[in-house]
Amino acid sequence: MSIHQIAVWLATAALCGSWATQASSEEITIGGMAPTTGNVATFGVGQRNAYQLAIEQVNAAGGLKIGDKQYKVKLLFEDEQNSPEVGATVARKLINQDKVAAILGPTNTKVCLAVGPIAQENKVPMVTPTCTNPKVTLVGDYVFRAGFIDTFQGAVGAYFVYETLGKRKAGVLFDNGNDYTKGLATYFRQAFEKLGGKVVAFESFTDEEKTVDFRPQLIHIKSAAPDVIYTSDYYGAAALIAKQAQEMGLKVPLAGGDGFDSPDLVRIGGPSVEGVHFTNFYSQDDPSPEVQEFIKGYRAKYNDTPDAYAAQGYGAAQILFDAIRRAGKIDGPAIRAALANTKGLKTVAGEITFDANRNPTKPAVILEIRDGKQKFVKRVSPADLPENIRP
Amino acid sequence: MRSGLFAVTVAVTVYAAILLLHGNLGFSVGLISDYYFQVLMLAAINIIVTIGLNLINGFAGQFSIGQAGFMAIGAYVTAMLATLVVPITNLPVAVQVVSFMAIILAAGSLAGLVGYLVGLPSLRLKGDYLAIVTLAFGEVVRSIVRASDEISSAMASLGLTRLAAYIEGVGGPRGFGGFPQLADIVIGPVRIPTLFTLIFLTVIASIVLTRNLVYSSYGRAWVSVRANELAAEIMGVDSTKAKVLAFVLSGFLAGIAGGYFAFVIRFLHPDSFSFLKSIEYLIFLYAGGAASLSGSIIAAGSLTLLPEFLRVAGFDQWRLVVYPLLLIIIMLWRPSGLMGDRELKFLEKPRLRGRNAS
Amino acid sequence: MFFGVAGLGESTSFFGQASRSAIWTIVLILAALLSLAWYVSYFGPAAFLQQLLNGLQRGSIYALIALGFTMVYGVVKLINFAHGDIFMFGAYVACFAGATLLGSGHWVAFVGALAIAMTLTALLGVVIERIAYRPLRERPRFSALTTAMGVSLFLENFFALPPNAVPFPLNHVVFGPNYISFPPLVVVEYFSLGPLYVTTMHILDFALAIVLMVLLHLFIKHTVTGKAMRAVAFSRDGAKLMGINVDQTIATTFAVGSALGAASGLMYGMTYGVLASPYFGIFPGLQAFIAAVLGGIGSIPGAVLGGFLMGISETFATSVNSNLGYMTSFIILIVVLLFRPSGLIGKLQREKV
Repeated sequence: MSIHQIAVWLATAALCGSWATQASSEEITIGGMAPTTGNVATFGVGQRNAYQLAIEQVNAAGGLKIGDKQYKVKLLFEDEQNSPEVGATVARKLINQDKVAAILGPTNTKVCLAVGPIAQENKVPMVTPTCTNPKVTLVGDYVFRAGFIDTFQGAVGAYFVYETLGKRKAGVLFDNGNDYTKGLATYFRQAFEKLGGKVVAFESFTDEEKTVDFRPQLIHIKSAAPDVIYTSDYYGAAALIAKQAQEMGLKVPLAGGDGFDSPDLVRIGGPSVEGVHFTNFYSQDDPSPEVQEFIKGYRAKYNDTPDAYAAQGYGAAQILFDAIRRAGKIDGPAIRAALANTKGLKTVAGEITFDANRNPTKPAVILEIRDGKQKFVKRVSPADLPENIRP
Repeated sequence: MRSGLFAVTVAVTVYAAILLLHGNLGFSVGLISDYYFQVLMLAAINIIVTIGLNLINGFAGQFSIGQAGFMAIGAYVTAMLATLVVPITNLPVAVQVVSFMAIILAAGSLAGLVGYLVGLPSLRLKGDYLAIVTLAFGEVVRSIVRASDEISSAMASLGLTRLAAYIEGVGGPRGFGGFPQLADIVIGPVRIPTLFTLIFLTVIASIVLTRNLVYSSYGRAWVSVRANELAAEIMGVDSTKAKVLAFVLSGFLAGIAGGYFAFVIRFLHPDSFSFLKSIEYLIFLYAGGAASLSGSIIAAGSLTLLPEFLRVAGFDQWRLVVYPLLLIIIMLWRPSGLMGDRELKFLEKPRLRGRNAS
Repeated sequence: MFFGVAGLGESTSFFGQASRSAIWTIVLILAALLSLAWYVSYFGPAAFLQQLLNGLQRGSIYALIALGFTMVYGVVKLINFAHGDIFMFGAYVACFAGATLLGSGHWVAFVGALAIAMTLTALLGVVIERIAYRPLRERPRFSALTTAMGVSLFLENFFALPPNAVPFPLNHVVFGPNYISFPPLVVVEYFSLGPLYVTTMHILDFALAIVLMVLLHLFIKHTVTGKAMRAVAFSRDGAKLMGINVDQTIATTFAVGSALGAASGLMYGMTYGVLASPYFGIFPGLQAFIAAVLGGIGSIPGAVLGGFLMGISETFATSVNSNLGYMTSFIILIVVLLFRPSGLIGKLQREKV
């Protein structure tokens, strides 16, 4: 092989893969990202289902009316494997290669933080359904979210634990390797202490090689004698923490955040997760018509009840479609402006009005695991929180 | 040297062609999108690392699997210096380019220095044990990055607040991201992509450097150490010095490549520099043929581009299954790799000129 | 209980003298004791004892995996990087076998899962040896090592493919990348011993490790196959001259080592209740490998001792700071290799010209 051939080969190799797929004139391509494999696979699968459902319904009703033409919506979905590196690569591909008009997703904060700057610099609007760390939307004005932020979620958790459960000494355990878990745990602690409680233990672990043994940290928590344990982690770790705490004789209630929302919590944790409480975006028992209608549609198509991740995903799609309609054209800045102007939009994710940081003001719900199922306990909106912990 | 001139012409042509197809020369051809442009830069980075690896594993015959550690050092130091200490993207373009080059060289030198400190004691070990120590080295570097929060607070408590702030920016296991892009040099309608140009020049430079080293007395020392270290010592070759030199150079090159990597991907996470990455480079090395520079170039280049085809075709996950299988197959049936120890024309051993030339 | 005089093959220690490395060993032991003392004073004796107990439990699992490593190295002089994945494979097989057999009662499920896992994993080990390692026996070290790494990566990524992305019939073989719960094969009881919480698993893990180690020792010392293994470890050519079927002996070594890995996988599954993904074998495999080196690679009691030490040090270090836990293992490895490469129980080899 001479150098000639190599040069030609390399150039051809580069060319071969670079077919630019432009959206056809009657089609609008939307990019979707969620982790359908990995340690939070149930989140990704739910969101992918939700995106597909939303797009199917829109197309069945004749498509999106943009300007004076009807457009069919096409979804290009990628699995970001809950990895920032994969997320960044996939986002670049969706934006540069597939020329999507907007991005739905990613699901988790750490991927959002990697993808946000890419969307921002390419002027592609991004609506994340479930990234909750405040930093995510601070990346730029092209990043929007459909859920609440963790300063609020942590405060709600603290308020519930303090007022309703009546606990005063919290032991906190969280994953140090993740902005979301670390942030939520920190915000919980701040709010809990402002309310007058005491955080007697603040232990962390690193999710290196998928930690399954939390006992080294639980032993320390146990020596601090808390009356409640708060963990901001995801369902897999949460279930194991619940189990191992029980095994060690640490029989205090466990509370957490939206990461608990998965059928695998009960599957892995078994009886040890009975009575566990967590804050979440939505509850299946929500009587509002949008939510019930969505649940019916989801059940009909997927034969399964949607969790909060799916609901938020659907809501994010609704927000995006509404904005595209109002923008009147397939243009990044126009869609972005329309998104920023969203006011009082009724979606499955709640009534959405974006504030100056592109976060919606929406209430959280508290759920409890009873008889292996999620049961609605109460709804908490920002106004319900005492002044000193309101974000 | 005719073949040398020829190589230079080809290099310039390739560079111009890529710029043209990417739309840098004023009119949009659009055949290479930003995404593939990035892939090309990654391929170049992989070539640099593999060439460095070839020096220590291929020519000197010492089995080292710690490149990811050197890359990590280069990447994080570059990122820290270029965004936190001296935010170079706020400077005018010309200054930016020069300071970036300086930072990259500094990061690479630091990686080389670490290579020296690690190599001196480790290179007395042989075979398996060197491999393990280098592997452990890579993982220790990764753990140190993951522990950056703790290190930062330790620094803060010692009063070194500025240093603590820089280290905290490394972000530990949460990753270090959000660095801005290097500015391009705009001359009329032509946009010269600075990062790509720098990487391209570095690849050329490293090929030239390593080729010259390999055919010098250092290269001969390496080959003799690889063949039989004891015999080489008896013949007067300082085997430790030779091995350490190869190790330091490989660290230097990997460090530089790591620095570029940081600015191409613009998001660093310690898990990107695990021993899995080191093994990826081993695959490139053995696929191309250890002790063949051209083999390393071809293998690193094509094996970086190949997964993109898989990704387009939707078989992305299979890459992780196919690559190790490829490694096994190469080891079993063609351990000399694609090129064995042959080289392409332009990298061949220079022939003697004059009456006695054959 | 040695495999021949397997110490380090042809390596020499950095300082080259047995007495100097003994001094370093004493220094290191003192350092370890001091840090333990600090731990007790900072966290209290109750926490200390509980961590110690948990560490021993973890160490039992590592000890069994380390035994597999050390056996293979002793006989074939190969660091089987894929051993951690063999352990993982054994755990998954035990999981599925146990879940299927659970209906017939706990003891049936336990013994059945153990038997099936050990058999199938031993088979896998033998197949890998035959395909990937045997052809490379006469080749330089690095090719076998690299191939082992390739096998390891392949096993992990292959079994991590999601079943719906894989064509039939492979989709019934892959495990998928998501959490799988391990069936409760043993009824776990908890009881407190003063401030300590002990579960049946603590006792079972430790007992199983000791029992298997003793069985292995008896096997090596008193059976013909064991003697063949020791002969091959001492000198492959010599063994051939004595009429020993070297290929078969090596295959048996791999079989036994892999079976031990499977037993360890079963224990891991029962202790922690969850198999996170097919990548979960990487870390325990690494720890067990370091344990084998720490104890003296090629030495059976060394592997077990190393296993317990690694389990304990990991538990203590993680409880102080989880990053520290990960780093500690590697620092131990580097220190051992630089200052006492023959390990705690190994013998120093001198290079012959």
